[in-house]
Amino acid sequence: MVNQLSSPAETTPVVDTVRDQVLADVQAALGTAVVDSLVKPGDDIWIRVSTLSWNESMKKLQAMGFDYFCFLSAIDWMPSPFGRGEDDPTEPAPERDTTIRPGYTGGDTRMQMLVRLVNSRTHVGINVKADVPNETYTVDSIANVFAGANWHEREAHEMFGIGFVGHPDLRNMYLPTDFEGFPMRKDFPLLARMVKPWPGIVDVEPLPGGDAEPEEAS
Amino acid sequence: MTILNDPVSAKLGDRAQLSYIASQAADARLNVELETEGMTLNIGPQHPATHGTLRIIARLDGEQVLWAEPSCGYMHRGYEKLTEVRSFPQVTSLINRIDWLGSFANEVPFILAAEKLMGVEAPPRAQWIRTILFELSRIANVSLFLGDLGVQLGAITPVFMAFRDREYVLNLIESATGGRFHPNFDRIGGLKDDLPAGWIDETKVVMKKLRNFCDEIESLLFGNEIFQSRTRGIGVIPRDIAMQYGLSGANLRASGVDWDLRRDQDSPMAWNKVDFKVWTHPDGDSFARCWVRLQETREATKIVDQLLDGIPAGPVMAKVPKIIKVPEGEAWVSTENPLGEMGYYVVSRGDSGPFRVKIRSASFNNISITPWLLRGVYVPDIITILASLYFILGDIDR
Repeated sequence: MVNQLSSPAETTPVVDTVRDQVLADVQAALGTAVVDSLVKPGDDIWIRVSTLSWNESMKKLQAMGFDYFCFLSAIDWMPSPFGRGEDDPTEPAPERDTTIRPGYTGGDTRMQMLVRLVNSRTHVGINVKADVPNETYTVDSIANVFAGANWHEREAHEMFGIGFVGHPDLRNMYLPTDFEGFPMRKDFPLLARMVKPWPGIVDVEPLPGGDAEPEEAS
Repeated sequence: MTILNDPVSAKLGDRAQLSYIASQAADARLNVELETEGMTLNIGPQHPATHGTLRIIARLDGEQVLWAEPSCGYMHRGYEKLTEVRSFPQVTSLINRIDWLGSFANEVPFILAAEKLMGVEAPPRAQWIRTILFELSRIANVSLFLGDLGVQLGAITPVFMAFRDREYVLNLIESATGGRFHPNFDRIGGLKDDLPAGWIDETKVVMKKLRNFCDEIESLLFGNEIFQSRTRGIGVIPRDIAMQYGLSGANLRASGVDWDLRRDQDSPMAWNKVDFKVWTHPDGDSFARCWVRLQETREATKIVDQLLDGIPAGPVMAKVPKIIKVPEGEAWVSTENPLGEMGYYVVSRGDSGPFRVKIRSASFNNISITPWLLRGVYVPDIITILASLYFILGDIDR
């Protein structure tokens, strides 16, 4: 029995030829629809497509072998004005920087769509992002491409307030019909944390990995 | 304000319009009653056959389902939002409760994602013990499915056998982690503790018992003529449909897709150190899904046996700072959980807690196929099909 795991430095290649090739193929198939892309060797692929080509890109990706629909969701890139919910409710709320800063492959808007597709033959996955316009919060539905996106879009609709053009049935899945607000948006307060102050990390459990030196916040 | 857009009601006031609607509705009801066209059957949210609070609204024509739709959300706990106000180590106590029958397996992909972002790797011994506990939670989870399956088809005995033998596995998990249901044992950089003395021998004995249990279920249930006639050819999911809906785990493999994340994906876990078979079935019906799960349970006991023989020595915890701050970045990690592919898309902003966590749970995708699958089936088959799809409510609603 082998009882030797190789260290991460050996297993993570600096150049990932497989994923580089996949990205080149994707860029060739989608053309100018790909706004930005990123490959982390040995990890994953990210691409961002333009909002208008969202549905079309999905069709092309499905046709080129990314036929497994993993999930669809959205990300709100605005930092929460309530921080991490650790404010004292009796004090006035501190001013927080809520400048929108996108993640991998950039972005120009507050909301972004995020879909993960996997090639069922090569088992290489791809994370596809697209900007959601700030004025309308609306993108095209991809439920006609991947039937499984139906429920995921319903969830994104009620949680993030994103509209999906062409979706057959955008009823709420989880929330009551008359619920107001979009809970997963960063500016939706988590009320339990607003009414009672969070005690913070009161004790740090000693770790069994020997005396790990306490590293303070840098 | 106008409620209706037809010329008759345009001339009426609001109150008159409402009474007009009420009278039309009453007429419609009367027509339905006289013509006996169909009925709406509401199953759940509290129903013995629905493991939790899944409600199914089915429109029937006689014995056949015209359309059916599950109604979720009775157990939505907002974990994606709650993770945003927790620190990374605190998140594991939440996500334990997503799939409560295989709790340890929920923790692993999240911890792996955090480790990936931090560039930390757990020591080999920790990875092996993680993998063992992961497979034990699979056995604990799926063995209950195998027993429950009988109950949903009217057989009482299998569930007693399942609870009897599952207890041994839960005792093992408890003696190693301290928690029967919610271990909260996985840490960034390793595990909370090493295994207790004598645990390995005890586990080997239990694995033998579980293999016996699988044999018993196979001969008692899967060989049963009633069971076969209730499940064979019922609720067939073709490969393409399964891929489109993002089915995973045994549901996907029962449709003939040979894909197991334990084998087909690079993972720091110890699955690539053992030899195991990925079971598939070409039929895609209820029987195939149940059968694949049975084989997987047996295979899991063999994986555990092999891993127990080769646990490397060494520490169970890598050196990690006491206050964990995860560098900025995004990471996706998924593992082959008892219910299917479970993954976390973690976005970190260099803070002590995640910025956004997308929880991709297996049951949400697996159950989203039901409106498609239940169309045209007979009422008793609703229960069989749902049982064979195998979902945990906490895994749908999160």
